[in-house]
Amino acid sequence: MEQILEVKDLEVKFALRFGDLTAINGISFTLNKGERLGIVGESGAGKSVTGFSIINLISKPGYISSGSILFEGKDLAGMSGDAMRTIRGNRISMIFQDPMMTLNPVLSIGTQMVETLKAHRNISKEDAEAIALEKLRKVHISSPEQRLKQYPHEFSGGMRQRIVIAIAMLSDPSLMIADEPTTALDVTIQAEIMDLLLELCETERMGLILITHDLAVVSQVTEKIAVMYAGKIVEIGSTESIVNNPGHPYTRGLIDALPESMKRGKRLNQITGMMPTLTNIPKGCAFHPRCYNMEDRCKEESPCLVSSDRGNTQVACYKPHMQDD
Amino acid sequence: MIDKAGILKVDNLVKHFDISGGLLEQLTFDQGRIRRKEVVVKAVNNVSFTIYPGEIFSVVGESGCGKSTLARTCIGLYPPNSGEVYYRGERIDNLSARKMLPFRSKMQMIFQDPYASLNPRMAVRQTLEEPVRFHKKNISDSEIKDRVAEVMLQVGVDPLWADRYPHEFSGGQRQRISIARALMVDPEFIIADEPISALDVSIQAQILNLLMDAREERGLTYMIITHDLSVVAHVSSRVAVMYLGNLCELATAEMVFESPGHPYTRALFSAIPKIGRKKADHIQIKGEVPTPINLPTGCVFHGRCIYAEDRCRNEIPALTEADTGSLIACHGIEEGRL
Repeated sequence: MEQILEVKDLEVKFALRFGDLTAINGISFTLNKGERLGIVGESGAGKSVTGFSIINLISKPGYISSGSILFEGKDLAGMSGDAMRTIRGNRISMIFQDPMMTLNPVLSIGTQMVETLKAHRNISKEDAEAIALEKLRKVHISSPEQRLKQYPHEFSGGMRQRIVIAIAMLSDPSLMIADEPTTALDVTIQAEIMDLLLELCETERMGLILITHDLAVVSQVTEKIAVMYAGKIVEIGSTESIVNNPGHPYTRGLIDALPESMKRGKRLNQITGMMPTLTNIPKGCAFHPRCYNMEDRCKEESPCLVSSDRGNTQVACYKPHMQDD
Repeated sequence: MIDKAGILKVDNLVKHFDISGGLLEQLTFDQGRIRRKEVVVKAVNNVSFTIYPGEIFSVVGESGCGKSTLARTCIGLYPPNSGEVYYRGERIDNLSARKMLPFRSKMQMIFQDPYASLNPRMAVRQTLEEPVRFHKKNISDSEIKDRVAEVMLQVGVDPLWADRYPHEFSGGQRQRISIARALMVDPEFIIADEPISALDVSIQAQILNLLMDAREERGLTYMIITHDLSVVAHVSSRVAVMYLGNLCELATAEMVFESPGHPYTRALFSAIPKIGRKKADHIQIKGEVPTPINLPTGCVFHGRCIYAEDRCRNEIPALTEADTGSLIACHGIEEGRL
């Protein structure tokens, strides 16, 4: 398999008055061409910062303090702004949660699409419009010729997200980063958008990094899952092994807390406590105060990701959950 | 007839919002004449149901279907345009503010966003004391203090933190505090409008457990408004499915999940993402939700329904009991062709 992205020991810090806060604490993962990876975690786990740092959109006071992001052979960490612009929105595109915020309300859809294409290549307006039409058809928007003249407010939330996806697809990127793309949408629309993303990944051989808090959504769309907690990847591996046989107590807790895993009307399995804020991440394993399987060592040393004997996963835990019988 | 056993009974409730603005905004020029045009959002249309004591009654539907408006109209935050609301057999929708008072302490509401529903300038103690002082005038200061401590313990917030302000708490803890505020006046019936949507996954389970524990300890009845269908499946006894301001199905949680009747319910529940289920094999609904300003004639769902026939386009279906015992508003089900 051809590898398109390799993130290695990435560390992102935010420089604040009282010192640096570490938002991403040494994460590594790879993505092959056409592969789909899900990054799961709660708010503050660092999943969005990971997405932003790949396309170098971390703004001050945040900065990439160490590590590398190799994309198609080039290191994106520390790349100049001009060089980055040839990649961002062109080879890697990103879509966000709220499509109303990402579209410009005072420009028609057509103008926004042509503008994007012109920014990346020398192209006539007619050719750009032809490409725009083709992409709108790809995301299943009916009568695209008329839609080009319409403005964002004339579309529903689901349609807007389709348009955002069409814009992201304009220059056939090899990687799309989707940050909570369906969180603002209803379930029926969410299902449609996820179908669309899956279809595009398969037909266009496009890589996808899906950032979300919803394990159920991720498990339907991706081949690999990385679970993040307090700035670190605590478990990474094939979707199937993570969903069916999670190793890290946190992953286990997230899956067990889903209502569907429980008998109706019974108390849900809950993870006690809450995620630490970046200012006071506990010593040792960041999850130890909430962990049911904790031992003395967890309070002192921070575990690294190691391949587990349970198949295609790596788990950062001294006492991973035992295989279910 | 008034069903005495019901804790809350809603009868043909209608709530419309006039959004046409001032007189000048209403005037339009049409074929050489000036006309006055009113624009009305038909948020809730002819909704009837009864909630029985001890139930967890969930109202589900997509955004804009009128579920929050229904909740607010039930508890008296909005006056209905027509229809009646009964609390334990007494009509409450037309009461004056003063006559409504005793009912307000029996019915409480929990809102979605704990960042917006707590007053940032009041310490937790003040927030919790205020409803008690207002509703129970003859209660002593020491009793109030005891009650604050007791309720805070029950919702899992350390009573030592009573003098802190909302910004010092996390989202989950704030939601615990707003639940505590609702419990302070010993209510019988709580309406929770999206109580866990603003919270993180691991915290959602904590809050749901808290709501269920409180129900067991205090014998509460809940009406829960939510769009999170997997939560509904887990906690509710009965589920009402709304579409475009109308009730399209009312059934037990088991029935809604295992054999949904109404075509909309079928599509809605097939779209729930389930962990481990690989290919998305959900039912697609064609088109988009119409606006509640111009409601479709007949069944509100007919434009998007693959089973729609002439009757569906012209005649509004009523909630009828199907063979399965579920109440379904669908001509197709009634005629037995679905």
